[in-house]
Amino acid sequence: MKRVLLLLAIVSLSLPLAAQDDLPPAPYAYTQLEDPAQEAEAVALMETLRCLKCQSQSIADSDAPMAGDMRHQVRTRIAAGQEPEEIRQWLIDRYGDYVSYAPRVTSSTWPLFAIPLLLLLVAGAILWRRIGRKSVGGPDQILDEGDD
Amino acid sequence: MRWTLWVPLMLFAFFVGVAGYQLFQPKDELIPSTMIGRALPEFELPAASETRPGVTTADFKDGKPKLLNIWASWCLPCIAEAPHLESLKEEGVEIVGVAIRDKRENVDEFLATHGNPYTRIGADDISAVQLEIGSSGVPETFVIDGEGNIVHQHIGDVRARDVPRLLEILKDAS
Repeated sequence: MKRVLLLLAIVSLSLPLAAQDDLPPAPYAYTQLEDPAQEAEAVALMETLRCLKCQSQSIADSDAPMAGDMRHQVRTRIAAGQEPEEIRQWLIDRYGDYVSYAPRVTSSTWPLFAIPLLLLLVAGAILWRRIGRKSVGGPDQILDEGDD
Repeated sequence: MRWTLWVPLMLFAFFVGVAGYQLFQPKDELIPSTMIGRALPEFELPAASETRPGVTTADFKDGKPKLLNIWASWCLPCIAEAPHLESLKEEGVEIVGVAIRDKRENVDEFLATHGNPYTRIGADDISAVQLEIGSSGVPETFVIDGEGNIVHQHIGDVRARDVPRLLEILKDAS
């Protein structure tokens, strides 16, 4: 137990050594754009881009310096008139789909979209056959009643 | 009992098996750049140190393959790779450095302590060039051919065993 505690102490003490730079953040890392509509566009995009340093967070959630630098890119590009999807594509061109949280249909992801559709079709076909088979005995009577 | 009754249970067992297997696989946290095989984007960086000039894309188009080393004085693995960059330099390799989010005095101190294998060092204060070439951390080393195309990415610090491989890739790129 003592050894485990010692090990834990060593591991937790060594974490601060994971060094960070001491430059100030990029100009638009924490500064909003002046135009609220543009800022809203930028934030919506930032929430769907992955922070590459802290991989389960979006760049909107992360305080990693690199996430700040990515926010700066997003805001300055939005301010320069680029479309959000254009900026997303700029990052995907460099880091692959991994950098984006927005799902896309690609050669490896199409089953995710196709299988639910296929299952719905199969379920529909089974239901159709069952209901269709049951109503074979009495559809005429039901219709007759309805007509009266 | 009809055998089809077992199908849902077997499917469930299959999913548990896949999930259990994946739990014990080591996590792959490397994010490879998708810029390999493409031209180095246009950029121009001021000098990061008193000792070397800054870097532009044009510097990579003189016909000689080079290494583009993304590093920082605040990065610990960069200290570990310094001697191996030095041995690459001794083999005649031109190494162009890009210092990420770094202060000039810290860069100079790092170079004085750990050696300066670079021909040029650019200062990338907002990781702009790093993002342009699809690099996600420090240190990373890219092999650039004589026409300014990215041909290889090495993620993490360069170790002794990586030196011969990098030399070979540089040779193939020329």
